[in-house]
Amino acid sequence: MSTASNGNSTTMTKNKSVVSGQKIVLKKGFDIKLVGAPNDTTIKTVDINRVAIRPIDFLGMSPIPKVVVAVGDEVKAGDPLFFDKKRPDINYVSPVSGEIVDIVRGAKRAITEVVVLADKQQSYRSFDVPKLSNRDSVKSFMATSGLWNYINQRPFDTVADLDVVPRDVFISTFDSAPLAIDYSVIIEGKEDAFQKGIDVLKSLTDGNVYLGLDGRAGSKIASGYSTATNVIKNHFKGKHPAGNVGIQIHHTAPINSGDHIWTLDVQSVITIGKMFLEGKYDSSRIVAVVGGMLKDPKYVYVHQGASVGDILADNIDVNANNRIIAGNVLTGKQTTVERFMGYKDNQITVIEEGNKYEMFGWLLPLKPRPSISWTFPNFLFPNKKFKGETNTHGEKRAFVVTGQYESVLPMDIYPQHLMKAIMAGDFELMEGLGINELTEEDIAICEFVCTSKMPLQSILRDGLEMMKSQG
Amino acid sequence: MGLIDLLKKIEPDKKKSPFMHTLYDGFFTFLYSPNSTTKGGVHMRDGMDLKRLMVYVVLAMQACFLFGTYNIGHQHFAAAGMFPGFVEGFHLKLVHGLIQMLPIFIVAHVVGLGIEFYFAAKKGHAIEEGFLVSGALIPLIMPPDIPLWILAVAVAFAVILGKEAFGGTGMNIWNVALLTRVFVFFAYPTTIAGDEVWVSGYNALAEGTQASYGWAHGMFNSLFEMMGLSTFQESTTKIVNGFTGATPLALAYQGGWENVTATYTPSQMWWGSIPGSIGETSKPLIIAGALFLLFTKVASWRIMLSMFLGGMIMALGLNFWGATPFMEVPWYYQMYMGSFLFAMAFMATDPVTASNTNRGKWIYGFMIGAIGMIVRVLNPAYPEGWMLAILFMNTFAPLIDHYVIQGNISKRLKRA
Repeated sequence: MSTASNGNSTTMTKNKSVVSGQKIVLKKGFDIKLVGAPNDTTIKTVDINRVAIRPIDFLGMSPIPKVVVAVGDEVKAGDPLFFDKKRPDINYVSPVSGEIVDIVRGAKRAITEVVVLADKQQSYRSFDVPKLSNRDSVKSFMATSGLWNYINQRPFDTVADLDVVPRDVFISTFDSAPLAIDYSVIIEGKEDAFQKGIDVLKSLTDGNVYLGLDGRAGSKIASGYSTATNVIKNHFKGKHPAGNVGIQIHHTAPINSGDHIWTLDVQSVITIGKMFLEGKYDSSRIVAVVGGMLKDPKYVYVHQGASVGDILADNIDVNANNRIIAGNVLTGKQTTVERFMGYKDNQITVIEEGNKYEMFGWLLPLKPRPSISWTFPNFLFPNKKFKGETNTHGEKRAFVVTGQYESVLPMDIYPQHLMKAIMAGDFELMEGLGINELTEEDIAICEFVCTSKMPLQSILRDGLEMMKSQG
Repeated sequence: MGLIDLLKKIEPDKKKSPFMHTLYDGFFTFLYSPNSTTKGGVHMRDGMDLKRLMVYVVLAMQACFLFGTYNIGHQHFAAAGMFPGFVEGFHLKLVHGLIQMLPIFIVAHVVGLGIEFYFAAKKGHAIEEGFLVSGALIPLIMPPDIPLWILAVAVAFAVILGKEAFGGTGMNIWNVALLTRVFVFFAYPTTIAGDEVWVSGYNALAEGTQASYGWAHGMFNSLFEMMGLSTFQESTTKIVNGFTGATPLALAYQGGWENVTATYTPSQMWWGSIPGSIGETSKPLIIAGALFLLFTKVASWRIMLSMFLGGMIMALGLNFWGATPFMEVPWYYQMYMGSFLFAMAFMATDPVTASNTNRGKWIYGFMIGAIGMIVRVLNPAYPEGWMLAILFMNTFAPLIDHYVIQGNISKRLKRA
């Protein structure tokens, strides 16, 4: 435990990972196959009028940040909107140029959204970019220019601390979640920005930047990933959650007690890289608009935090029984056409609400549904794609089935015992069982398969909050 | 959707009559899966739920139920030396079996479910499905002649003290069905041990004892007479000379495999037309149920396989030792006798009371196999070992898991 702060000790069996080019095959996992993927990967445009930045998206932030703009103000892309009073050095900035039209408050006057009406012609605040050789000036620049909050820090998966030098930085270059966006589309034409982003991150750590590459059969890895330098590249093959960065960390250089690991998604790295290349804050993203309830699933190029209504426009039937999800069906947040995308969302999924009774639904399901259970004839149709709906298919019960979570989570972790430890508030056991290696997206697939319909993601977040409050 | 509207109209008020509401909810969710949707967390859920899981276990036992019921009748007439062919006197055997079996089934369910409903209403939560499986298992592991009041007391003991006291389905430490049996075993030893309990319909198993039939037999007699079939006759149905009703295990204890085969042929034991607990005699049907559970991945293959290995290896060890004739019974014939396979398929695999970890399941199953075989062969007081072995390992399952978990924790610490 003494040298726990830097986990690359020589006794570590995973030390081989420092060599690039490992192929890690993960046998556990489950792919939920859904209809509603785009037919082609051409990127369409949609008109986005309003965007919003939501303090609630930034885990670890206090609910009432200090807003530095007022309704009616004109801002440029990259101008600060608000900051966290606990960490005033980190700015949260406007993704677009335009006019502040609304500051929405929720329960207990918490600020839920700062809404900007986007200009048709975007103008950018100009930044003076520091040299990468000076770590402190890079850090303070990233904090003031709104780039810092793209960095997630584990344990706890919150916005990174400014005074931390991470052991390593991890980036996954594919997403294995249901109907996830094809990451080779994201990087097309932005290879330089991605490489620059990696260089910036490399300058912030004494360890390595790791890229997780898609090793699944039939995958095409864009050259922007395969030719990236200054990184350690490993291939991961397996069903979901093989594309989750948490799984990849676990299999290359796991998080030990005292370690800090930073994780970023590819589009955020590109935003950081663009800033250091061009001196402007360009946070626009490619979003996959997917799901069985859409008229026309497609990829679109939109501003960060774009209005859900603007993105979906006339792509959905407004009277239909829809569930709109910002994100994928496992980890996304339920939203409506009046609300906005999260600042890191690169997917919006629309499936049917399952608020229907079903006669003997537990015994003889008449409608096909995804399941890991062999009590359904699904094993006869391994490639069948399901429409997907939100019925719980049963009621919440105590833990009964065992070994189920382990069968879909490719980690050396006992999720059920961890959940029980969290429920019992046993800190030592939680840490021992590896809570610091996990975040919600990693166990979302366990929550999906749970026969007892347990809310595992919310239990885990409670546990992470408990651990965090303990220091 | 006419029916559902009608059902929704008669829904009792939850506050005014909680018990009726719980009852209503139990039956409503049986008829319709609820319209609840996901909130927070994942937006889609797997099609599997606890109701479906439990029902698949019950389905796996159905063949044992049918065979067990018929075998009650078959053993009844075998004691009198009548209808020696298995399908001879089919209607009489089936009806006698049903007359014995149905009350056991009904009493087990009325008592068990009644207590479950009461506690669910009291705690204000939905009825849990756990007793579906326990209630189906209990009749299968009872002797056919079990007095119903003893059964009722035993079920009440198991459900209240074994399960509800711990918090209900998913919280119990010991297998509920086996607690029922162990209660009968220790509280009323003469009703479940010895040779006389395995054959129903006689007051005693002495030579010449007449069968005693009740009103239900009389009712069917008049039906059979109308149809021109043979009927139940108390005066002619008499225990024949030499019939003891001894089970293969009792015989093996006295004189090894030769003593067993003097009374029962191996194929009789394999197919199950021998006296014993109601559902545990027919090996092919148990194996079919076990395969069904394995194929649907409802039961743990690790537990089944390790228990089989544990029993086999212990039996081989006893063969090697060979101090008594019972020890010399070959290991594969040990599987022919008693309820080894039944315990392996349906009892040890209960996920709540077994070890939770995959590594723990190997140890848990193996120990049940080994300990059960020791109790069976070496202990004259207990004719069969699986009940005690499983309850014993239920008790130790949390300890096994504790060490498996500690192993994971120390691995994580060492890595740092």
